[in-house]
Amino acid sequence: MNHSPSPQGGDVLLSVRNLSKRFHTASGPVKAVEDVSFDVGRGRIVGIVGESGSGKTTAGRCILRLVEPSEGEAVFDGVDLFKLPEKALRAYRRRMQIIFQDPYSSLNPRMRVGDIIGEAIDTHGLAKGAARQARIADLLARVGLSPEHARRYPHEFSGGQRQRIGIARALAVEPELIVADEPVSALDVSVQAQVLNLIQELQKELGLTMLFISHDLTVVEYLCDDIVVLYLGRIMEQGPSREVYANPRHPYTKALLSTAPIPDPTVRRERVILQGDIPSPLDPPSGCVFRTRCPFAIEACAKAVPPRESVSPSHSVACIRQAELATLATQKVTA
Amino acid sequence: MAAVLSAPSPLTATLPEDVVLRAEDLHTHFIVGERAAKSVDGVTLTVRRGETLAVVGESGSGKSVTSLSIMRLLAHPGRIVRGKILYRMRDGTVVDLATLPEKRMRAIRGKEIAMIFQEPMTSLNPLYTVGDQIMEMIRLHEPVSRHEARQRARQMLELVEIPAAEKRLDQYPHEMSGGMRQRVMIALALSCNPALLIADEPTTALDVTIQAQILDLMRRLQRDIGMSILFITHNLGVVAEIAHEVAVMYAGRVVEQAPVEALFARPRHPYTKGLLACIPNPERDRAADGARLMLNPIPGNVPSVLNLPPGCTYAPRCPLVEPRCEGEAPGLVPAGPGHLSRCFRHELL
Ligand SMILES: Nc1ncnc2c1ncn2[C@@H]1O[C@H](COP(=O)(O)OP(=O)(O)OP(=O)(O)O)[C@@H](O)[C@H]1O
Ligand SMILES: Nc1ncnc2c1ncn2[C@@H]1O[C@H](COP(=O)(O)OP(=O)(O)O)[C@@H](O)[C@H]1O
Ligand code: SF4
Ligand code: SF4
Ligand SMILES: [Mg+2]
Ligand SMILES: [Mg+2]
Repeated sequence: MNHSPSPQGGDVLLSVRNLSKRFHTASGPVKAVEDVSFDVGRGRIVGIVGESGSGKTTAGRCILRLVEPSEGEAVFDGVDLFKLPEKALRAYRRRMQIIFQDPYSSLNPRMRVGDIIGEAIDTHGLAKGAARQARIADLLARVGLSPEHARRYPHEFSGGQRQRIGIARALAVEPELIVADEPVSALDVSVQAQVLNLIQELQKELGLTMLFISHDLTVVEYLCDDIVVLYLGRIMEQGPSREVYANPRHPYTKALLSTAPIPDPTVRRERVILQGDIPSPLDPPSGCVFRTRCPFAIEACAKAVPPRESVSPSHSVACIRQAELATLATQKVTA
Repeated sequence: MAAVLSAPSPLTATLPEDVVLRAEDLHTHFIVGERAAKSVDGVTLTVRRGETLAVVGESGSGKSVTSLSIMRLLAHPGRIVRGKILYRMRDGTVVDLATLPEKRMRAIRGKEIAMIFQEPMTSLNPLYTVGDQIMEMIRLHEPVSRHEARQRARQMLELVEIPAAEKRLDQYPHEMSGGMRQRVMIALALSCNPALLIADEPTTALDVTIQAQILDLMRRLQRDIGMSILFITHNLGVVAEIAHEVAVMYAGRVVEQAPVEALFARPRHPYTKGLLACIPNPERDRAADGARLMLNPIPGNVPSVLNLPPGCTYAPRCPLVEPRCEGEAPGLVPAGPGHLSRCFRHELL
């Protein structure tokens, strides 16, 4: 079995091993997630990045068993969630919550905000009567809303406020792990900054562990301790985000970082503009799935899926040419 | 007051030679009963020949309504209630698009000014091949044979770097990826060689690697064809990559216009400054020991266009607000070389 390097410093809350998910469709099996392994340290924020269709959402949902995984394991606090029968899973459901991308469709429009939050409390029988009301008021205050908001309906709120309601609902059951699937992608930058601050405050105060799914590399660099880069369902590179951003080793990571727009017109970067489109997950390329767009692809890249190679104790890359390319880069710099 | 076709229009003298489009104090409202949604409430902006003006603003700030006003494609009950949209035609005459009769607008759309959208399927018809759609566009404006139109359509696809163009002509939009469809839409827009291209969030729905391809393509096309571009986006990173000039919109108004370097180096409106501070920046947002620092968000929310505050619309959120700002609306005034700001206190920035 493939062992992923542990995040720096300690205690692992969630350990995902060899996770695969194939969807069976009329046109054949879609390989949405293939052989994905990573660890999430307690109290850390791990970013999962990749372009649309790379399997971010599917991976997150498999871990919470909102989608049934095809293979692999997800060990949460010592227990493999994938092996638990539905009944035993219930107790774990409370400890892991999800926040969705779309603050508009993820809240029931016919329910008052207080009942949306209260429902989560009731499902797990956490509080009743006055204690329940107090808890709802407290949660609303925690996400920067006021207790009066409990009586209102979702359509009376702005996008940023709705996202706060979604966060309050997730926090209602005092989870240890939150999977946040593009929680700020639908928000304007000024509101996005408010929600990013809120996430950090809560993470510090409550010691939450978070899987933060995003396609925005700037936000992930800012917020996440560790990063996992996905392409066509597979991990290309992973490690502490500061290390990966400072020293990206996979050609895909390098291309992504070089094309993410930076709000500074004086920066002139050497851009790697990838040609072509992401191939269909119905028929992914053999060997390295990135090879059809990789500027460094050679024949050998089509032969076998590149194994994961460590470039530091917690930083690894799945590219057969990574060592060679690193030397080339150094020569170019020194030349 | 439509411009007279034969005599040079009296408007011509009012527009500097190098300006293709100038909106002056444009107001576009959606009026339902007693209520007016003031979606565009005093937009002034300038597009220079061969340059890209990026219009940036948050959701609902009036970017799309501005572009639809210029194209005169406003849906009912939207109406231009005040202001001018001066446009310099290819032959040098200047017309006011705000009042031009619909019949003359039809000759301008596509041929003089073309538009592309965030969602390619708003311009592409799912029932026709992309070749047929480009050919139809060409034949609408020019008397060419089917055969010639098809040749031109193929060249257009090659221009936007679509591989195997001949084969693609006979495909339907749904047979293509999102990035490919966006290229087809650009080809369609450019097929009658417009002088001005209006692009409303053309890369917002695309992945970054595909966005980089499309931005690269647009830069190249501008260099080769020399067209002017009005590029609408909410992404300041994209602005930095594509723009020569930037107009920042807030609640239906342009609050600042400046050359791109000047705007980022020293924003002269508190809103622009606030927006830039909202975007995470690894150098600014880390303490010396590597710890993450909190962001500095703009407090509150964008006001509703149904109920704009009197005076400066940014006053309820502005850190520099003073009593005067709440009573009186600031005008767009010079704040540096080529730099305009709609703020009484721009000198403090
Ligand atoms: N048909 C309409 N009827 C009433 N109000 C409208 C209509 N179309 C737009 N508006 C309002 O006009 C304002 C400006 O809208 P516009 O679409 O121009 O925003 P935008 O800047 O393009 O935003 P986004 O970034 O979300 O595309 C909004 O408040 C919007 O709700
Ligand atoms: N229910 C489903 N049935 C079939 N294919 C699916 C389903 N859900 C996701 N997929 C496919 O799996 C792949 C990964 O999707 P997703 O996890 O949503 O990616 P991301 O969140 O990174 O955009 C995509 O090719 C997508 O079309
Ligand atoms: S394994 Fe080959 S194709 Fe894949 S990233 Fe490395 S060089 Fe490119
Ligand atoms: S005019 Fe006053 S309220 Fe408006 S942006 Fe300037 S300082 Fe702020
Ligand atoms: Mg997703
Ligand atoms: Mg718009």
